[in-house]
Amino acid sequence: MRSLKLPRITFWRALFGVIVALGIVVTFIRYTKGLGATTNLSDKFPWGLWIGFDILCGVGLAAGGFVIAGSVYIFNLERYRPILRPAVLTALLGYVFVVVALLYDLGRPWNLWHLIIMWNPHSVMFEVGWCVILYTAVLALEFSPMLFERFNLERPSKILHAITIPLVIFGVILSSLHQSSLGSLYLIVPEKLYPLWYSGNLPYLFFASAVAVGPAMVIIESYLSSRAFRREIELPILSQLGRVTVVALAVYFVLKIEDVLNDHLLPYIFTFNTEGILWWAEILLGVVVPIFMLSITKIRLNKTGLFYSALFVVLGFILNRMNVSITGIERYAGAGYFPSVMEIVVTLFVVALGIGTFALAMRYLPVFPKEKEATHDKNGELEVVSLKSTLARVND
Amino acid sequence: MQKMGILVDTTLCIGCYACEDACAERWGFPKQPEVHELSAVKNTTVQQWDDVYVPRMCMHCEEPSCVSVCLVAAFTKTNEGAVVYDADKCMGCRYCMQACPFQVPRYQWNNPNPKVMKCDMCHERTSKGGVPACVEICPVQARIFGPREDLVQEAHKRIRENPSYYNAVFGELEAGGTSVLYLANRAFDKIGFKTSLPKQPLPELTWNVMSKIPNYVFWGGTLLTGIWWITNRRKDVAEHEKRAKDAELKAADRTNGNHH
Repeated sequence: MRSLKLPRITFWRALFGVIVALGIVVTFIRYTKGLGATTNLSDKFPWGLWIGFDILCGVGLAAGGFVIAGSVYIFNLERYRPILRPAVLTALLGYVFVVVALLYDLGRPWNLWHLIIMWNPHSVMFEVGWCVILYTAVLALEFSPMLFERFNLERPSKILHAITIPLVIFGVILSSLHQSSLGSLYLIVPEKLYPLWYSGNLPYLFFASAVAVGPAMVIIESYLSSRAFRREIELPILSQLGRVTVVALAVYFVLKIEDVLNDHLLPYIFTFNTEGILWWAEILLGVVVPIFMLSITKIRLNKTGLFYSALFVVLGFILNRMNVSITGIERYAGAGYFPSVMEIVVTLFVVALGIGTFALAMRYLPVFPKEKEATHDKNGELEVVSLKSTLARVND
Repeated sequence: MQKMGILVDTTLCIGCYACEDACAERWGFPKQPEVHELSAVKNTTVQQWDDVYVPRMCMHCEEPSCVSVCLVAAFTKTNEGAVVYDADKCMGCRYCMQACPFQVPRYQWNNPNPKVMKCDMCHERTSKGGVPACVEICPVQARIFGPREDLVQEAHKRIRENPSYYNAVFGELEAGGTSVLYLANRAFDKIGFKTSLPKQPLPELTWNVMSKIPNYVFWGGTLLTGIWWITNRRKDVAEHEKRAKDAELKAADRTNGNHH
């Protein structure tokens, strides 16, 4: 077993090492030479990959945290409890690394704290900033039981248990606010953003798509981690999650169609320029195809089918955010933009750090429920078995 | 104090670029006679469209998008009409650049501690009753400085008196109006202006949503708490019923046992 597993891990570790090494070099260049030396950003194109992918997609893809926490604690859907911890952990890491990416994008990151004392309540960015700070704190608290359990701290565990419900409610409110506000950021540029993406519905579209993509990310991550850690996959739960995604995607689809009809976009969607084609790609591959796939019970109950459906949702989501933040702006800006190699390196660096931290947490913290063979044993033996399996994983 | 503004009559501009140099001097920028684009070292410029010279700079909107979007309030619309920027507050998110309907703010991309650069209507002069450097130097009064209301009147007077003017004042209504106003002898989209801008002040578009947030937090919180209360109550009731049933069964068992 070990001899089979080692080379695969070595490859990933080597790749990880290369990305981290490149990332450190680019970090140095970024902070000594400035944004001009590292990015393809320009006066006409001030926001690029780091905002479009690292921030807009990063926050959206971490939406699983509030969707699952809300389902378990507020709607009392106990069946989702086994995936609550991985979802909260992913969300927390997602937000932490969104902030890390932001430190690269901000021209004067050392002034980030100004947000706390220099208020402008008219700014959508102000609201997003505050929601992200507060929600990251909420996620850290929702995550903390994993640490308390790991180190057998009973008192903080009890305190946290007592405040869980208000905390989760606060988290859901904060999430719905800033997930939608990322769309509201673009409300102020009606002339800049291409009509296929500009809409008064932007906040609702961003929220609906975040609710759709959050569970899809949980599916993907459970699928991949079940392979990487040779864990049983929680298929019945994940199939249920697939249904949540279908409902959210359907709402999103209706809003998109409403836009087409209300804003008279028919001529635009039947103009097959870059924007038109990307719009169709987004709607067909990211919305229509996964709705169909996930509506077919056979596909939804099959782990590979479920995985690929979720993958379509995630890729469609990323395409949408890139269209809003980059493609949809290019025509008005009169300038093209494609990320520089160094921008891509930083994005990979941040993602790699996120995945690396997740893998570490999986190894050392009680993230997933105890394995199936362990749960069959009597209480006394259960701990021994799970400890053994943890040790085995660490040794790998 | 009255809100001041600048009226630019492009039919008068002769393309001498004296304003560019005066502006560069005032900011301490290098003089660049070959470049006619706004940049981090050029806050006003004169662009040529066919035979028309068009001086460009920050439009100093009446309700500026940059002021509205800046999360640390680094931008201010002053009482004198200028839109000014405070680099000490700025964290460099560049939302101002993204949001500006006239694509004016420029960035010091190659500075590791970068600032946003834009015209501030020579704020230190105008706040003391003075005139901006570009206006002062103009040999043909293509730019004139005065209270915005008077400038709007003056612009319409010129249009009335001379039919060769295009019948509109750019900046009077665009994006809710700007402090910098333009006259021309042809449609403004022919000389580099984006004429598709809505007449509505753009910050209203976000404020419509932002102003709903306190209500949303209150009603959302109430709704979620309500849902939790219902689901939790159902769980409690279910548990209670189960316990009652168990107890009943046990009691029944016991009585049966006693009888046997």
